[in-house]
Amino acid sequence: MAKVKSLADLKRMKEELQSKMDLREKSNDPESLVQIRVAMATCGIASGAKEVMEYLIEETAKRGIQTVVTQTGCMGYCYAEPTIEVQIPGKEPIVFGDVDIKKADQIVERYIKHGELVDGIIPVNYKTLD
Amino acid sequence: MKDLSLHIMDIIQNSVRAEASNVELEIREDLEKDIYSIFIKDDGCGMSEDVLSNVLDPFFTTRTTRKVGLGLSLLKQSAEQTGGNLEIHSKEGVGTELEVQFSHKNIDRPVIGDIAGVMVLLVSANPEMDFVYKHCTMKGEYVFDTKEVKEVLEDVSITDPNIIQYLKELINENLNTII
Repeated sequence: MAKVKSLADLKRMKEELQSKMDLREKSNDPESLVQIRVAMATCGIASGAKEVMEYLIEETAKRGIQTVVTQTGCMGYCYAEPTIEVQIPGKEPIVFGDVDIKKADQIVERYIKHGELVDGIIPVNYKTLD
Repeated sequence: MKDLSLHIMDIIQNSVRAEASNVELEIREDLEKDIYSIFIKDDGCGMSEDVLSNVLDPFFTTRTTRKVGLGLSLLKQSAEQTGGNLEIHSKEGVGTELEVQFSHKNIDRPVIGDIAGVMVLLVSANPEMDFVYKHCTMKGEYVFDTKEVKEVLEDVSITDPNIIQYLKELINENLNTII
């Protein structure tokens, strides 16, 4: 049987990562990164928000886009779950509805990379207060 | 909800909203007594008795964005379908404890699902919170504690996609030795 992973291996991996990180400048200011918030209340989770969030974290990292993917609560669009809110620095946040893996791919490729709008935008008339 | 891990994620979102800083999850599998229990404890803001008495009502929620709150009701229904039950205790300013019991052998008991994925998503979305996940079976137990992980990582962020991927494999491989 192969050896089971342990925290000791994590340490080795951390050191590897650290050496890489020095080369690639890591921006610590979340305002300058693309922020993606996945709605993860009961309605979102039941509609598959978990898979979408996993996909977004993995794919944006693979495609070299620095993003912050976080969770948020229900925005009241339960009929259109899973919903995600994407905020590109300097732009108004946009909420997309009915986001499955295919849609998430489109959003990453077309909206986040090239700034083109894609179908499925939910018009919102409020501003997020922090 | 398709499986228990999604239920757990949903319930822990309540702890996140209650501004908890520590969340403990314990899953116990006892085939002899035919019990599959899930215990979740947080140190969030807790609930008043009034809220607590309504909390299992599907038409009660503290949200203002919609009028239903199904998370706990769905879990309770799921447990009761197997002959199990759900209990919730809470104290304002102290925290909330939830215990759900399922019949282990019952065909209606949902499978655990991707619990490792759920844990790492919770960790990556709430890096400032600490989670402990303990899983006990007849074969042994496994404890995943984010405090230990953060100690090892020092200044490397726990939200790094490589770390997240690794943690997921770590949990899965360790669970496979006891499930």
